[in-house]
Amino acid sequence: MDLGLDVSERNGYAVLSVRGEVDVYTAPKFRERLIELVSDGKHRIVVDLEGVEFLDSTGLGVLVGGLKRLRSHDGDLLLVCTQPRILKVFEITGLTKVFGIHDSVDQAVSTP
Amino acid sequence: MRTTVELEIPARPEFVALARLVVSAMASTDASLSDDQLDDLKIAVSEACTNAIEAHGAISTSERVRLKCWSDDRGLRVSIEDRGPGFDPTTLPDHPPPTDPDRLKFERGLGIPLIRALVDEVEISSSTSGTEVRIAMYHTADGLAAS
Repeated sequence: MDLGLDVSERNGYAVLSVRGEVDVYTAPKFRERLIELVSDGKHRIVVDLEGVEFLDSTGLGVLVGGLKRLRSHDGDLLLVCTQPRILKVFEITGLTKVFGIHDSVDQAVSTP
Repeated sequence: MRTTVELEIPARPEFVALARLVVSAMASTDASLSDDQLDDLKIAVSEACTNAIEAHGAISTSERVRLKCWSDDRGLRVSIEDRGPGFDPTTLPDHPPPTDPDRLKFERGLGIPLIRALVDEVEISSSTSGTEVRIAMYHTADGLAAS
């Protein structure tokens, strides 16, 4: 099982597109990539979850850790997600109130 | 005839996907479960296996994590059993509310609440010689309608 992590730049944001399954096995790679981006000075990050087939609480933990790290740099981490089965874990855990969740990368990077 | 599937996995992260796959394949043979229930079950199994693997890691045991999956008249049942040091499921810490800035201090601890929210029945038996998480997903009208 492999996790795809592609980075692009859009409108001053680093866009990290995630593909595959995020669980206890793949989460460390996801966490490392996010930390690398922050270390490279990318403090406005969009994580695009549209290509994610599965995400459990280890994935949520990576995103919460990423947001904490970015907030400490006055940055932000926005999400793109329209898949009901992925959104459901954010809703159950109350994290829809913690993250800005958008329908598309275009919408996310237009955030003032 | 009751069909039971049993699986033992090495307590290593790379095997959680296999556990999800096997339980999901077993669940898909039960026409009375909806696709949404299958998705929820996969998350619950992943959470329980993750906790089991971490519990084994905490005491460096090479024992395997045992899964059992079976159907009964009411639904599909899964047991995930580890040989870790155990924990008290009644004393899990509460997370601050989502709007509290301190919420970001908690990257972990969402697994058991997710399991409880996603499945119809959860029973956790834990002692110093291990933990068994038993979950059940009941047959629904949706699942029956889709069959």
